[in-house]
Amino acid sequence: MAKYDEPLLNEIEEKEEEEFLEDVERKELNIPNLTEREVIKHFIHLSQMNYGVDTGFYPLGSCTMKYNLKLLERVVKNEKIAYVHPLLPEDAIQGCLEIMHKLEKMLCEITGMDAFSLQPCAGAHGEFTGMLIARAYFEEIGEGDARKEVIVPDSAHGTNPASAKMAGFDVVEIPSKNGRVDMEALRHALSNETAAFMLTNPNTLGIFEKDILEIAREVRKVGALLYYDGANLNAIMGKTTPGKMGFDIVHLNLHKTFGTPHGGGGPGAGPVGVKKHLEKFLPVPRVVKRDGKYCLDYDRPHSIGKVSHFYGNFAVLLKAYAYIMLKGKKLEEAAERAVLNSNYLMEKLRSIGYEVPFYNRRMHEFVLSLANLKKKGIKALDVAKRLLDYGFHPPTIYFPLIVEEAFMIEPTEDESKETLDKFADAMKKMLQEDVEILKEAPHNMPVKRVNEAMAARNAILTWKDMEK
Amino acid sequence: MEEMLKYLGIKSVDELFEDLPPEIKTDGLNLHEPKEEMEVEMEIKKILSKNKSFFDMPFFLPVIKPHYIPPAVDEIVSRQEFYTSYTPYQAEASQGILQAMFEYQSIIAELTGMDAANVSMYDSATALGEAALMAYRIKKKRKILIPRNIFWHKKKVLENYAKGAGLQIIEVDYGEDGRMKLNHEEKDVAAIYIENPNFFGIIDDRYKEIAEMRERLDALLIAGIDPLSLAIYNPPSCYNADIVIGEGYFGNPLNFGGPLLGIFACKKEYIRQMPGKIVGATVDKEDKRAFCMTLQTREQHIRRGKATSNICSNQALCCIAFLAYVALLGRNGLRRVAKKNMDNAKYMANKLQKIGFSLPFHKKFFNEFVVIGNINGKELNSRLSNKGVYGGLPIDEYVENGILFGVTEMHSREIINFAVEKIKEAMEEKL
Ligand SMILES: Cc1ncc(COP(=O)(O)O)c(C=O)c1O
Repeated sequence: MAKYDEPLLNEIEEKEEEEFLEDVERKELNIPNLTEREVIKHFIHLSQMNYGVDTGFYPLGSCTMKYNLKLLERVVKNEKIAYVHPLLPEDAIQGCLEIMHKLEKMLCEITGMDAFSLQPCAGAHGEFTGMLIARAYFEEIGEGDARKEVIVPDSAHGTNPASAKMAGFDVVEIPSKNGRVDMEALRHALSNETAAFMLTNPNTLGIFEKDILEIAREVRKVGALLYYDGANLNAIMGKTTPGKMGFDIVHLNLHKTFGTPHGGGGPGAGPVGVKKHLEKFLPVPRVVKRDGKYCLDYDRPHSIGKVSHFYGNFAVLLKAYAYIMLKGKKLEEAAERAVLNSNYLMEKLRSIGYEVPFYNRRMHEFVLSLANLKKKGIKALDVAKRLLDYGFHPPTIYFPLIVEEAFMIEPTEDESKETLDKFADAMKKMLQEDVEILKEAPHNMPVKRVNEAMAARNAILTWKDMEK
Repeated sequence: MEEMLKYLGIKSVDELFEDLPPEIKTDGLNLHEPKEEMEVEMEIKKILSKNKSFFDMPFFLPVIKPHYIPPAVDEIVSRQEFYTSYTPYQAEASQGILQAMFEYQSIIAELTGMDAANVSMYDSATALGEAALMAYRIKKKRKILIPRNIFWHKKKVLENYAKGAGLQIIEVDYGEDGRMKLNHEEKDVAAIYIENPNFFGIIDDRYKEIAEMRERLDALLIAGIDPLSLAIYNPPSCYNADIVIGEGYFGNPLNFGGPLLGIFACKKEYIRQMPGKIVGATVDKEDKRAFCMTLQTREQHIRRGKATSNICSNQALCCIAFLAYVALLGRNGLRRVAKKNMDNAKYMANKLQKIGFSLPFHKKFFNEFVVIGNINGKELNSRLSNKGVYGGLPIDEYVENGILFGVTEMHSREIINFAVEKIKEAMEEKL
């Protein structure tokens, strides 16, 4: 990565004269006038101080950092979406509606659900939508007041409890047992006050919840719904479906499983799928086909309404559509290779001496515990930072919360054996390195270890704050 | 692959899926055979060719509108280092995007007059929902006042965000001039939401009265803004707004309504109640300036059920596009474009008045305005359908025969003249 002392935009010298405009009420506007030349240089410099998937191995657990096919970028650069307004009459938007309709159908096939809404803008937004659907369902059957609780495992992603809470539920967290749902704890927590149990399968340790059918039975027994966090769908495509496992509601992260890029944090897309009995609650409008024509249907009296401004992140949806068109049936191979890569790398790292808590076959990802290194004074954070020096993006650290000094690795299907071997070599070398080298890492990034505590203390959030 | 299987001591990858109970196994996917890149590209092009873009058929639809995007913006957001990366949790390998995010926050603060901004909500509608929840956390009161004239999609989204916390949404009527009535009395108000320009396009400069309403009701003030209008009109800090939200369309195409970018800014005293990602400036070990995500104890990955919001992935790349747009235009360029929007809108409104439409509301508008004619908006649009142009948004639920038009720098005089001519023709048509 390149290193620059890149000034902030407002620190670059202005070359253009202030232009005086009449009848402009606002006199002060502290935004620099720069030339295109200066601006491009600035952003190229910034980009060169950033690590992307194209740069190298990015095994960020839970995030499925696949290589993003360039065709996906190409297909959205089209005037026929860029300059298409969502409020145009149906005749003028048949192309967009067709893509959406077909994508919904393909997602139904991949997940075993009966209907999809593409409106949610990210995974967490999908969870929130799913929870609103659960709420609407219980209100409809007269149990709205009674069903107050949503259960999540302690290994769940933070968005699960946060989304349930935002939809008005109380969150009950249950402990895991040997890296899986503790059936005893689940049975104990379930009651006629339970609205839903939220689960991702494989779970965040990368372990498949073998008891899924029993889990589904127990949840159904008390009349609750089973919610699938689709963040880990990459592991099972073509092998099984959330539908078969007994889930009632699922969300997908198109920016994970379906190869659309993460954009430095977004935009993603978090479509929500449901079984037949919940279809009427999906957000409006629905895309329907009538007499060979695609339409936006708002006439859904049971619908929860809307969750985003228009119909979702269409450009992201289109990329996912292109991805599925390319792969078709062979999506299954992505799951196979992702799982193979993950198991291979796990065994390699284990053979070097890294500890894998709840050791077991893994699916698409696995979690190491670096707690052993603490004796030497090394934290998971130090190892992560040192990996940067070796040219790798570090894994997810300190998640899931149930593993001490967690180091969560998801290689994805796109990486070669050679890359995995190199990564394992780096992990091995680090065990032999001087402790100080790790604690001081990174050494050859654009900056040295960043003081995050100071950032939180001082809260300097704008260039105005900086001047003070 | 063989080597890897051998290393694991297995014969086939199927063995890795042994944890899946046989009852749930599926027999592959019932999808098409894989396709070649060229095939996929051509197929998608063909499907999309059924759409009509602004260039096939100019339209005057409001809420979000077509704007010109300088080519350098595309170049910047096409850098793989930006668009393929994840949320910058590893600060040392993400200084580029972190600095860009910090600059974005700074620009939003400049435009809105607020002290801080986050790195996006999904869109302006969800930003409004989050703002209402934030006001509830701060004020511990449950009523949210909103203008009766608000885009219905936005209201629908707000209702869903309000549900969990049991917030009550109350609509405040507008006066004959189309502006919200500021003498509304109400108890237990957490926030007043005011749009400026409002849904009818009107710029509200009753700064003193708005600020007074905020004081009187002891509520927070949430302002919904259009970032372009802020290049020439006074920022919401002028009327003491506490939270500012808006659609950050700068540099981002319409894309059939998404992705959008929800702007979210507030006063410093409330930053610990803010939803979303925030970037802060700090130093590295050698005291060199550096950036990182900060105030993360507000967020779901740490606070889980007690977080200020569930948001995780956001619209970060749209923030980069927004920032690049502002950097390229600068103060001068932004003002020029804003002026042009206003001038074009005025030109269109005048022309429409000449052919028999009238302006029912306050005349100070930015780039959207309402007209009434002796024809219903839906009827007009359907008569226009074969004339190569499309009109505005019918708003009969507010004003009988009312149409809301949106005009930008892309609506050249030529386009406007053509449209008005076709509208005139359509009006004269006998059924
Ligand atoms: C397991 C899991 N669930 C949910 C989410 C939330 O998804 P998003 O970031 O798209 O909101 C994530 C994302 O990191 C995740 O890893």
